[in-house]
Amino acid sequence: MDIINILTVFILAIFVGFEIITKVPPTLHTPLMSGSNAISGIAIVGAIISTKVGGEIGTWLGLVAVIFATINCVGGFMVTDRMLKMFKQK
Amino acid sequence: MGYTNLAYVFAAILFILGIKKLSSPKTARKGNTIASIGMLIAIIATVVSFELLDFKLIVIGMIIGSIIGATFAIHVEMTQMPQMVAIFNGFGGGASALVASAEYFNKFGTVDQTTFLTATITLSVFVGTLTFTGSFIAFGKLQGFISGKPVVFPGQQAINGLLALALVVMGVSVSIGGGQDMNMFYGVLIVAAILGITMTIPIGGADMPVVISLLNSYSGVAAAATGFVLMNNGLIISGALVGASGLILTNIMCKGMNRSLANVIFGAVGLEQESLEGSGKQMKVKSTTTEEAAMILDAADKVIIVPGYGLAVAQAQHAIREVADLLESMGKKVLYAIHPVAGRMPGHMNVLLAEANVPYEQLKDLGDINPEFDDCDVAFVLGANDVVNPASRHDTSSPIYGMPILNVDKSRTVIVNKRTMNPGFAGIQNELFGFDNTVMVFGDAKEMLTTLYKDLKEL
Repeated sequence: MDIINILTVFILAIFVGFEIITKVPPTLHTPLMSGSNAISGIAIVGAIISTKVGGEIGTWLGLVAVIFATINCVGGFMVTDRMLKMFKQK
Repeated sequence: MGYTNLAYVFAAILFILGIKKLSSPKTARKGNTIASIGMLIAIIATVVSFELLDFKLIVIGMIIGSIIGATFAIHVEMTQMPQMVAIFNGFGGGASALVASAEYFNKFGTVDQTTFLTATITLSVFVGTLTFTGSFIAFGKLQGFISGKPVVFPGQQAINGLLALALVVMGVSVSIGGGQDMNMFYGVLIVAAILGITMTIPIGGADMPVVISLLNSYSGVAAAATGFVLMNNGLIISGALVGASGLILTNIMCKGMNRSLANVIFGAVGLEQESLEGSGKQMKVKSTTTEEAAMILDAADKVIIVPGYGLAVAQAQHAIREVADLLESMGKKVLYAIHPVAGRMPGHMNVLLAEANVPYEQLKDLGDINPEFDDCDVAFVLGANDVVNPASRHDTSSPIYGMPILNVDKSRTVIVNKRTMNPGFAGIQNELFGFDNTVMVFGDAKEMLTTLYKDLKEL
């Protein structure tokens, strides 16, 4: 993939982000934050790739990255669910 | 590889759909589940399609991470949500920086080590590390490990400026050199870590909502930068979404506090000077008892409750909900007015009230509630101060002039509960407390509400 292509994807994603996030009501801004936090745990994909057998240091950094990113994903989605469960109608 | 990228696009679609479903509390929970399925797909696609992965290491890492993450998620108190999000931001940024560093060492000395690769690695390491250390300082401040007060010392901004400059110079130099200079790379790492600390430490507790939102945005930017390192669409799209989300929230928080972003980041000193000025004015306030407050509430048809952070500090969410339920059973209309900066992070107060079983239909944000005050009989202000100060509408000399406020003074009667007459975060007295239609009930919110509940019952 060339640089222009992924730059296009990046910029379009920012626009999509602005569109959908401005529609989230202030009532749900905390779950939005913890949920988007979990999504930023997508770094786990990179972390998995960097454990690729090869460089010694790279593999160990990859392990720590896997731990960090998993904390982010698991903790983020779980706590968001816990919060959203509390939002009840009358 | 083709199928992997397809799986990433699918995961990104699920993230977008998940956030879309957050537009209503009805569908929000499903949205979160959809997003988590997207994450699972991305993980599985990565594990099955890349060769030579160290599976044992991955599984160990994921188990450790899951245990830590789940422990946090299950045990955190809702009042501690800001700390939790702060520390998670830190882990996210840290993970991105680590992945980029791993890529630097893995590609070091190979033909793949281009200027573009090194530049994106540097960017990712810079933003990720800064997010990591900055988030831990924010966590420490919110948790009380570090003083919540702004920590300032002479020449602080000059030092931050120099650090930032050094970072740019080293970053550019390491990139142009194609990443050959490993010391320069370490330099970027260390200076970014220091800058994260020195930029967060001068920011006061009241400004934390802005900082957490900003760090949230950074963690997204770091993930996107790592996406450029790995040329991975999944990371780029997700990172962009999170970056945009954090930026929007940062903007909302700044507007809610009537500050510019630059003012929050660099203005710790300026704020204290402002706080000395406005406090000189004298005014007469009418203090009253809970019995009288009960009588005023009894005569009302429409009551709007305005909770501030003082309510959460007093752990009085359940007490106010009980009073509200009682008022409703007496046939009154009860609504809650939630200011954007009512809690310690965006939307925090809503979560605290939802935890106390307040139905979300009653939670109204600034734009929806302000017209409601015009025909409101009683505005019941609990532990809120600056966000209900009418000076923001007319007093051009006030530090909160122009700040969006809840127009409680438009109600027929305003009942204000506060512990003392101490001014709020902006350090200014609130003219609302001296208005003819305002009465004050002093005391701890929880105790006051418990007595008020009894008084209402006895009427």
